[in-house]
Amino acid sequence: MAESRMQKPPKGYSVRTLPGFAIVAIFTLITLYAPIAILVMFSFNAGTSMAIWEGFSLRWYQQAVANEAVQDAAMRSLFLALVAASVATVAATMAAMATTRTRHFPGKTMIYALINQPLMVPEIVTAVALLIVFAAIKVWTGHTSMIYLIVAHTAFCVPFAYLPIRARLETMDLSLETAAQDLYASRWLTFRRVTLPLMWPGIVAGLMLAFVISLDDVVITEFVKSAGQETLPTYMLGQLRRVVTPEVNAISTVILLAGAILVSLFFRLTSKRG
Amino acid sequence: MIEIDKVTKTFGAGDVAFTALRDVSVTIRENEFFTLLGPSGCGKTTLLRLIAGFEPPTIGAIRLSGRDITRLPPNQRPVNTVFQNYALFPHMSVAGNIAFGLEMLGKPKDEIAKTVDEMLRLVRMEELKHRKTSEISGGQQQRVALARALAPHPEVLLLDEPLSALDLKLRKEMQIELKRLQSETGITFVFVTHDQEEALTMSDRIAVMSGGRILQIGNPREIYERPSERFVANFIGASNFLNGQLSAGSVTLEAGGTFTVEPPQGVADGKVSVLIRPEHVTVAGTGTDGAALTATVENVVYSGEATVAHLKLKTGEAIKARASNLPGASGLLETGVQVGVSVAPGAVTVLVD
Repeated sequence: MAESRMQKPPKGYSVRTLPGFAIVAIFTLITLYAPIAILVMFSFNAGTSMAIWEGFSLRWYQQAVANEAVQDAAMRSLFLALVAASVATVAATMAAMATTRTRHFPGKTMIYALINQPLMVPEIVTAVALLIVFAAIKVWTGHTSMIYLIVAHTAFCVPFAYLPIRARLETMDLSLETAAQDLYASRWLTFRRVTLPLMWPGIVAGLMLAFVISLDDVVITEFVKSAGQETLPTYMLGQLRRVVTPEVNAISTVILLAGAILVSLFFRLTSKRG
Repeated sequence: MIEIDKVTKTFGAGDVAFTALRDVSVTIRENEFFTLLGPSGCGKTTLLRLIAGFEPPTIGAIRLSGRDITRLPPNQRPVNTVFQNYALFPHMSVAGNIAFGLEMLGKPKDEIAKTVDEMLRLVRMEELKHRKTSEISGGQQQRVALARALAPHPEVLLLDEPLSALDLKLRKEMQIELKRLQSETGITFVFVTHDQEEALTMSDRIAVMSGGRILQIGNPREIYERPSERFVANFIGASNFLNGQLSAGSVTLEAGGTFTVEPPQGVADGKVSVLIRPEHVTVAGTGTDGAALTATVENVVYSGEATVAHLKLKTGEAIKARASNLPGASGLLETGVQVGVSVAPGAVTVLVD
C-alpha cells in the first residue's frame, strides 16, 4: 500500500547518482555492522583477548556451554521470554479483536495510546517506577519469585505482539465473520473457525517479536530482578564489569543468531499476503 | 413469506443521524423472485441486512412465515446471504466453504458430503471441489458463494448485487442461472440490484426504492408500463414526460391530441404529467397530415437494433421516438424536417407527481 502512494521518481532519476551517496551508504553499513562482525569474529578467538587475534578456536563456546551460571541465566531467559511473550500475545490478541472487530466507540484512540504506552514511555522511567512498586511489594509480602519479572516483561511485550496482530486483522474483511454468522455459526464458532485461523500468522508473528524483545531486555530486568535472578543479558552485563573474555562474544553470537532467525521468520509471516 | 411491517432504520444519533429506511412495509411471497431496485443509497441493502439480521430495525417488525424474527441473531434465522464481494473463506477449499453452514447446523457427516456434492452439481462446479477459493475465477467464486448459501436449504436466499462484479457476458449467463436455481430449489429469492434491466428480466415482482422508501411494488410489466411516479418511470427504461389536462378519463396534451387513460387513484382532473415510452411513439412520416402531434426532427441516433429520433414538439417539449430497425429500411430522417407523430393507443400513462 505504501508503495502505491509513493510518487514515482521522474525518469532517469536515481538516488544512486546523487553526489556522496556511496560514501554515506558505506559509512552507514560499516558503523552498523562492523562492530557486530568484529564481535562475532572474536568469539572464535583462541586467545583471551577481545582485540588481538590469536587463531581460530571454539573454546569460548565450549566454556560458555559448560558454565553453570550461563546455563542458569539462559534457562531463566528462555523461560521468562516464553511465559511473558505467550501471556502478552493472548492479551494482545484480545486487544486487537476489541479495537478492530467493533464499531468505533468513544475513547478508541485513547485505548490505542494505552496499549502502546510501553513504546512511548522511556524504558528507564518504567524500570524505576516498577522498581519502587515491586520493592514495596517485596518488602510487604516477602515474596521474591520470578513473578515480578514475568509481569514486567509481559507488560512491555504487549504492544510488540499487538502491532502485527492488529495489522493482520485490519487487512481481513469483516464480511467473512458476517458470512460465518449468516451460515449459523455462533460467536465462538465464528472466532474459532474463521477469525482465528485467518489471524494466526499475525499471532505467531506477534509471539515471536515479543519473545525476541523479552529475550534481550536489560534495563527493566536489571531494575526488577531479585538476587540470583540473572537473565542472559544481565549476566553478560555483570561479566563485562569484571573480567572480559570472548565468552561474552560467544553468548552474544548465539543470541544474535536466534534473534536473526526469529526476526526473519517474522518478516516471512507478515509479508505473506491474503 | 416475509413480512416487513412498518420498518424504520436510523443510523447514528443526533446531528449525524441518518435514516436509511422510512416506514417501509412489504410482503414477500413464498417461492417468489423478489427484487429490491433503486439507486445507491436508496436503502435496498439496508433492508436486506435487516432481513438477514445483521442490523436490528429501529422501529417496526420483521416476520418470517408468521414468526417474529425482528430480534433474532443472524445465525438463528433460516436465511442465507450471497454477499456482493462473495466473502468466501480463503482458508477453506470450495467444498469446505459449501459445507460450512451444514457443519454449523450439526448435520451428520455423510449428509453433509452428499449435500455438498449435490450443490456442486447444481452450480456445475464438480471438478473444482478441492480447489482453494483463491485459485478460481470471479464467475466460479460467484457460483461457490451461491452453493454455500443454498446448501443449508434456507427459507429465503438474500442476494446483495451478486452480479455487479462480473463482466457483461458472464452477468447475462448468471441471470439465467439464478432463475434456474430459483425454480429448481423453490427457495424465495430476495435480490438487490441497481440495474433496471436485470430487475425486469429476472423478477417475479419488483419494489422500486428511493430515499429509504418503497415507491412502487409490482410485476415487471406493471412497473415498466404503469409506473406510479415520475421517479419510477425515469429510473426504469427511457421515458418521455409531457404536460396535459386530465378530464373525465382522457388527457389532452398541451402539444395536441386527446388520449383515453386510466388515471391512478388520487389524481384529480386538471393539469397532469404523463409518460409515453419512446417505443410507443411513431414518426408518421414527413408532412403533418392526419397526425395528432407535429414535431421538428432535432437529432437521429442509430444504435444497431434501433433508431431513436429526438424530436421537438410545438410546445417546446422534447419527445423521443424509438423504432426497431427492419432489414432494408430506408435511410435516416433528416434534421430540421417537420414530421407527424403518432402515439400508440393506451400508451399514455398519467403519473402521480
